[in-house]
Amino acid sequence: MSTTTYAVRDSATMLRRNLKHMARYPSQTLMLIGLPLLFLLLFVYVFGGTMGAGLPGAPAEDRGGYLTFITPGILMMTVASVSIGTAVSVATDMTNGIIDRFRTMAIAKVSVLTGHVLGAMIQTALALAVVFGVAFLLGLETAASATQWLSLVGLLALLSFAMTWFTVGLGLASPNPETASNWPMIFVLLPFAGSGFVPVESMPTGLRWFAEHQPFTPIMDAFRGLLAGSPGGSEVLWAIGWCVVIGLVGYLWSRRLYRTRAAN
Amino acid sequence: MTTRTSAIEVAGLRKSYGDHEVIAGVDLTVPEGTVYALLGPNGAGKTTAVRILSTLLPADAGEARVAGYDVRREADQVRASIGVTGQFSAVDELLTGRENLRLMADLGHLHRRRATTVVERLLERFDLVDAADRRAATYSGGMKRRLDLAMTLVAGPRLIFLDEPTTGLDPRSRRELWGIVRELVADGVTVFLTTQYLEEADQLADRIGVLDGGRLVAEGTAAELKRLVPGGHIELQVADSERVAELARQLPEAIPNAEALTVTLPHDGSLTALRRLLDGIDDDGAVTGLAVHTPDLDDVFLALTGHPTTDEVPS
Repeated sequence: MSTTTYAVRDSATMLRRNLKHMARYPSQTLMLIGLPLLFLLLFVYVFGGTMGAGLPGAPAEDRGGYLTFITPGILMMTVASVSIGTAVSVATDMTNGIIDRFRTMAIAKVSVLTGHVLGAMIQTALALAVVFGVAFLLGLETAASATQWLSLVGLLALLSFAMTWFTVGLGLASPNPETASNWPMIFVLLPFAGSGFVPVESMPTGLRWFAEHQPFTPIMDAFRGLLAGSPGGSEVLWAIGWCVVIGLVGYLWSRRLYRTRAAN
Repeated sequence: MTTRTSAIEVAGLRKSYGDHEVIAGVDLTVPEGTVYALLGPNGAGKTTAVRILSTLLPADAGEARVAGYDVRREADQVRASIGVTGQFSAVDELLTGRENLRLMADLGHLHRRRATTVVERLLERFDLVDAADRRAATYSGGMKRRLDLAMTLVAGPRLIFLDEPTTGLDPRSRRELWGIVRELVADGVTVFLTTQYLEEADQLADRIGVLDGGRLVAEGTAAELKRLVPGGHIELQVADSERVAELARQLPEAIPNAEALTVTLPHDGSLTALRRLLDGIDDDGAVTGLAVHTPDLDDVFLALTGHPTTDEVPS
């Protein structure tokens, strides 16, 4: 068999291993999906009445409108939340003796990491399906066409791929699983300091500047545009651009860390 | 096909961390089908040596060929030829014993049917059949070690590295593991192991390298190493303390011990010296026993390094 065939076969083996881990440790997956759901319910039912009324041109107590507004932020948060689990499982692997076993075997080196990436993407897809399901139950309305839905799914997949590689890097950089679980929390909270939950125009100058320029804002704006059936071309391009940058940095960083940590 | 006779060949191996030289110029050769034990206290550089030879760590200088391949330039070929059981448990605790072995079979690119056969055979051989479908997290220390070693053997390596394989095991598990290593050797597998237990090296190894401060301070068979130290002695058990004193006067080199009722004499191991000694003792029943002690590896280690071995188990 060729090197590529081995890489695919080994990655599939590692993916099976990671899926088994998820099945054996369902509380983690539930927690990771639960976090964005909790925020969704909290923001729609607790804050929704007041917050919705504050949206430009909204009638009083517009929970439905606010649900539509925050769904992109919740989607972002879902992807970020699953990535906590990825960072933790990568860090756990690295602190366990099993990583040395893998390294002394004639397997495709990248497969240890691709197994995590593929597993996390399946987990993210599951989480996003649940979040979408609940959002629709709560009354999410969308004017997206089939093509726009397809674009949305594609963009979510790209984002999840990029974020996963980045958090694989975080997991590799962390000395232990506890530290690894802390870093991605920033990504869960970052939608708040962006266009996730309130229009950036309502923020004070300094924060507004940050919110307008941070990578999650154009991504969330692109989601919002696609869901509304009127995507802005530049937002989508910026979103794709940021995902490519995050993913590429994450991948190169992970590859480098995996090699150098091998030499310790 | 070239015929190889050396499973491991190492020349001038060096490795430093900053100013600290962990491996300070090691040369060694391990012939195929033999057991080589690297013996030394904690911090002697044993694990570093194993990590270099198993491609986990690049050396700073020197040549190392494992299974005929250069560890640096032909790392993948080396990996395909070896099995490694590290010092710390390398089992996946969320998977069952059977799944762990299956994982190794899949990563070893075994065919499906062959994989199933190998996994079942190893479960039997390592006495893990009853626990096969339990998660490894529930295993005892000895069971984890057995699973760990079984995982190393899935792909059928002809050369295996065992880094302190019995550290932290109870005496029974240790003996079980020794038995497994002997079986492997009987199958023609080459074993490179590290240990801080002198008895273990003595029990298992064809050749022993004594590592201290990153240097091989001695190398040879257990018997050869013991010959390096002239510390043998004869111990006589004596009926009463009066006769102890009497013997001590009679034999100028004797060290009497009135409380233990023994007399100890230095001895070079030769039959002549033993006969001369016996001729000098009256056969009137006062000497109730005689024991000839050859030096053990503890004596060797002390004589070679100037300090005793540390026998504590690393945390």
